[in-house]
Amino acid sequence: MRSLNNISLGQFIPGDSLIHRLDPRCKIVCTFMLLAGLFMASEPLDFVLWCALPCLFSRLSGTSMTTILKTGRPVVFLVAVTVFINLLWTPGHEILRIGPLRVTWEGITVAVGMGLRLFFLVIFAAMLMMTTSPMDFSAGLERLMSPIGRLGLPTSEMAMMMTIALRFIPTLFEETDRILKAQISRGADFDSGGLIRRARSFVPVLVPLFVLVFLRAENLATAMESRCYSPGAPRTRLHPLRWAARDSVAVICLFSFIAAVVALDRLVLGGVRPFR
Amino acid sequence: MSIVVSELRHTYNEGTPARSEALRGVSVVIERGQWVSIVGHTGSGKSTLAQHLNLLLLPQSGSVSIDGTDVTRDAKNLRGLRRRVGLVFQYPEQQFFAETVRDEIEFAPLNWGVTGRELDECVEMAVRSSGLDPALLGSNPFAISGGQRRRAALASVLSMRPDYLVLDEPTAGLDAAGIRELRQLMASVRDEGMGVVQVTHDLEGALANSDRILVLERGVGVTCGDAESVAEYLLRSPVQGLLMPPLARFIAGLRERGIHLPLTAGVGDVINSLEERLGCEV
Repeated sequence: MRSLNNISLGQFIPGDSLIHRLDPRCKIVCTFMLLAGLFMASEPLDFVLWCALPCLFSRLSGTSMTTILKTGRPVVFLVAVTVFINLLWTPGHEILRIGPLRVTWEGITVAVGMGLRLFFLVIFAAMLMMTTSPMDFSAGLERLMSPIGRLGLPTSEMAMMMTIALRFIPTLFEETDRILKAQISRGADFDSGGLIRRARSFVPVLVPLFVLVFLRAENLATAMESRCYSPGAPRTRLHPLRWAARDSVAVICLFSFIAAVVALDRLVLGGVRPFR
Repeated sequence: MSIVVSELRHTYNEGTPARSEALRGVSVVIERGQWVSIVGHTGSGKSTLAQHLNLLLLPQSGSVSIDGTDVTRDAKNLRGLRRRVGLVFQYPEQQFFAETVRDEIEFAPLNWGVTGRELDECVEMAVRSSGLDPALLGSNPFAISGGQRRRAALASVLSMRPDYLVLDEPTAGLDAAGIRELRQLMASVRDEGMGVVQVTHDLEGALANSDRILVLERGVGVTCGDAESVAEYLLRSPVQGLLMPPLARFIAGLRERGIHLPLTAGVGDVINSLEERLGCEV
């Protein structure tokens, strides 16, 4: 049965774990470090070591591994296409030929590397969003972007737009789930037929969803205006962000881990580089 | 012929910090030709239970059987079973997508392959049962009045010709006249032999109209019975978020002064008793 009740990519899971309590700036910086480190990985062993991070995250955040891995589900198709293209179109030592298709040793290694990179990319971004509320995330981002604001860029407006967009992700999921269920209860079938039939079957979901989204957007704009929201005006915060010692420790530990993996990659395993 | 829910349990977000137990062993029987109200505070599990009745959710533990068919044993026939139980969501007009009211009402029967003369009969029957103005069938569903829109939404479910009708907070957003009309409609479909299930937090409305009431508190069915027995229970053991209606509280006060009346007695009965007791007109 089609339902959106399960935790999805980008959804915040409230909690009081160590990871939840970290400053959002710390979590954003850590995520960017992870993404940068991921693209420096070039050895199969690197990716084995990277696997330790979701496991550690699961333990420290109280989120099950199944939930973490599920967040990678939306990109499985993209990963599969990437793997397929790299597998068949990378030149090198041929190990298998099926008609015009050639599979090379280099193709296998590049395809697996790219697939894992993409998968980890999504998982790491999801780990940030699962443990950071939209409000905290945008507050952290606004503070991190404040140096750019001095150059005249509208950072607070950008942060507000991001807050609203993120705030509405779970609401939109809930609304979609409700409309989906309402149409299923009236006999709508979203799971059978060809691609075009399936796409057409979503019209009864998309039309009411668009109507609701526009209504909500209008209500939100009115509510913000009635509470004197003014773009660019200086605003204070009810809960100001505070960088604690544990945030510094988290950044240092993660930086050390990434540095160690990169050093291992460059200095010890540097000769092979099959995942480049 | 009935829906039998037995020891039903449901947990959302299992395995995450957001895990919440919505239903913890709920049992209820819903007969055809009966109006059953499910009442409880926000988050008590009412809507989760309603979605089990329409098989949008399947039992994680416990069972749901519709007219003797256990849904967990007949999972391949969910669509067939689902047709027997129409579910009207809260604010059902928000599910509209078609260009005309007729298209909206035809949506459900068409999904089950009903066409031609039978389809016309389904639409006619649904329009009649819901009290929808037939002149509006060619109108845009987004352009008709709120009350007619709610009727159109009800008709779009009744056109499935279900044996049971489940309504999730059906009176939300309606004015007093709209609520009265909707209750009359629900009573008339019940009288036609359909099983009616109303999910609500409006205890007053449930006590006044239901044949049986199930009270949920934090996912547990704390009591189930006729209106009078449920009112007596709630007077003895108040349930979080459910306030006894003012008239029932007044009757409870009268009882303390020696005037014994059923808690679900109407205003007329109360006035008559008071006049008898006082020996003058109230």
